[in-house]
Amino acid sequence: MNNSQSIQSEIKRFLKFFFQELKPQGKWLTPFNIITIPIIIVGLIILYFRFTEGLGSVTNLSQKYPWGFWIGFDVVTGVAFAGGAYIITFVVYVMRVEKYHSIVRVTVLNGLLAYIFYAGALVLDLGKPWNIINPIIGNSFGYNSVLFLVSWHFLLYMIAEFIEFSPVIAEWAKFEKLRKILNSLTLATVIFGITLSTLHQSGLGALFLMAKPKIHPLWYTEFIPILFLVSSIFAGLSMIIFEGTISHKVFKKLIDPKHHHSFNEIIFGLAKGAAISMFVYYFFKALIFVHGKHWDLLNDFWGGWFLLEVIGLVLIPCFMFAYSVRNKSLGIIRVASILSLIGIILNRLNISVITFNWNVVDKYIPSWQEIVVTLMVISCELWVFRWIVTRMPVFEKNKNY
Amino acid sequence: MDRRNFLKTAAAISVALPNGKTKAENQNVEKEFYGVLVDTTRCIGCRSCEVACSLEHNLFVPDITKDNAFNSIRDTSEKQWTVVNCYDTAKGKVYVKKQCMHCWQPACSAACLTNAMFKTTDGPVIWRENKCMGCRYCMVSCPFDIPKFEYHEWNPKIQKCKMCYERIIDGKKPACVDACPMDALMFGSKRELLEIARYRVYSHPEKYEPKIYGEYEVGGTGWLYLSPVPFDQIGFRTDLGNTPYPEYTREFLYAVPLVLFGVPALLLGLNMLTERKNEIGKTEELNHE
Ligand code: SF4
Ligand code: SF4
Repeated sequence: MNNSQSIQSEIKRFLKFFFQELKPQGKWLTPFNIITIPIIIVGLIILYFRFTEGLGSVTNLSQKYPWGFWIGFDVVTGVAFAGGAYIITFVVYVMRVEKYHSIVRVTVLNGLLAYIFYAGALVLDLGKPWNIINPIIGNSFGYNSVLFLVSWHFLLYMIAEFIEFSPVIAEWAKFEKLRKILNSLTLATVIFGITLSTLHQSGLGALFLMAKPKIHPLWYTEFIPILFLVSSIFAGLSMIIFEGTISHKVFKKLIDPKHHHSFNEIIFGLAKGAAISMFVYYFFKALIFVHGKHWDLLNDFWGGWFLLEVIGLVLIPCFMFAYSVRNKSLGIIRVASILSLIGIILNRLNISVITFNWNVVDKYIPSWQEIVVTLMVISCELWVFRWIVTRMPVFEKNKNY
Repeated sequence: MDRRNFLKTAAAISVALPNGKTKAENQNVEKEFYGVLVDTTRCIGCRSCEVACSLEHNLFVPDITKDNAFNSIRDTSEKQWTVVNCYDTAKGKVYVKKQCMHCWQPACSAACLTNAMFKTTDGPVIWRENKCMGCRYCMVSCPFDIPKFEYHEWNPKIQKCKMCYERIIDGKKPACVDACPMDALMFGSKRELLEIARYRVYSHPEKYEPKIYGEYEVGGTGWLYLSPVPFDQIGFRTDLGNTPYPEYTREFLYAVPLVLFGVPALLLGLNMLTERKNEIGKTEELNHE
């Protein structure tokens, strides 16, 4: 049998296998489906209007608020939450801390899907999405645009994440040779991916540097890029803790008991990392605050709002993480991870939406349609996630990996 | 050498190495940007410019006899590129025309990832439909909140004054300037306009504030304003600073090539270090391949 024939038969086998796997497994009327299916349907209807009647027909965006919930939450916050993938691949492949190896696959998968869906949500927000090819194919490079940089990095990073995850796909599809090749690419793509991540996590912050006169002075600083980068570390770690805790309940059957045990150890390690990075972040925030001489700004509503974010949702969860690592308390870690996730949501929304044009009278409040579409994006992601983890070897620890 | 300069130099080196020299310096053909001087002491609020602009660009033509527009402060919109507002001040009513300032180093075009927002060599900042992808980052970045977006179109445009770029190319003045019966608008190169503006302020100090708005603001703008009262009383933001807005992101962008080369090297180094450590530590059969 010559080579091309064997490839052909391989592809045939794969397609058959793929269609077989496409079929749903198990019951249809699970609570998860009952909640998400209507959301997805309504979301699609909303999107129909969005693309035929314009953004204004379903969103509350205005001339003063060109960016709303879709950018502020889906893209800016979603990408911060996806930071876990670059942190974990750094720890496992660069620093070679074997302890975390068992969560690499699921974290990378989460990162990949988060980028596809949340950064993909950017397309929904574009007025002329068909022109998105312009900055990609190169007939119009805006080299000095931060957004140009960020969008390119999104694209490249998605590819890198895909390659990092691809051995799992190859394993599932039983492409043995391919898996070996893909596996050998891991270190290179990991390094490439981490580099891209540092740049676009901070780049998302740099987007707002030119909005200097619009963002409230308590939040605007020339160090926004660094703050975004540092906070993406604990955003990612908290997300792994949060998500891992849920996955371990929902997908219990898929996870082998040995891993179940070691997962608690992993959580303590992650919590430690979160505590340290949060402290560093808090320290930066405090330094910038003192340096900016903003004491007088603390007296009004915005001052309280700022303290809520920085003390209530950074410093307190930071201490909770530190405390629970010492006392081995999983419960407190879970609460702390939720608090710090809320803190990240608040921080990203504060900069991109809430304190943007803070002195304008008609504030922007997202419309219900914007929220439903966001929920739709999340639901779709969870569907794909579920589909993959129930079929591909994501949770099992594989010795060859 | 401070950090900023260091980064600049480093970035310049990393970019310029292949062709040896940074070429921007050589090809600087001296061509002056055009602009317009608005003398608010001359403006009588007739709004001829609003009408002329809308007619020229097929926009919404306001009914200036009946619409009582001066009852509120209006903003330019996706339907009107320029509006005239009326401010009650200590020196009586002052009428102020508002439109794109045609910044010398525009935030909008630095923001634009497709170069759809574009500073022409003649001075006007124009918007090019076939390039724009509607991300609205220009709106986020413009310090004067000028670009406006058509939220109710399936194929939306960004709408803003383009200083009648086509007319300028044809050797004509912008439509609003031609329409003004009071010579409140004057078209010319920024150097000429500044001279005239200074002359007016010097010769009538009682009539003018000793300041030309746009001379230094946000790094200098193509449109310049004279006023009888301090500018914050006639709707101008005086807290924008004199730094060109693209400067705020420049440092970040300069750091990018450094990170792009530096971080992988660092990571690879770390990776090799940990390998050594692992070997020395315990000879476990950890299979990394
Ligand atoms: S005023 Fe705004 S839209 Fe006009 S050139 Fe300056 S930055 Fe661009
Ligand atoms: S909306 Fe269009 S013109 Fe404005 S920054 Fe985006 S691509 Fe450029």
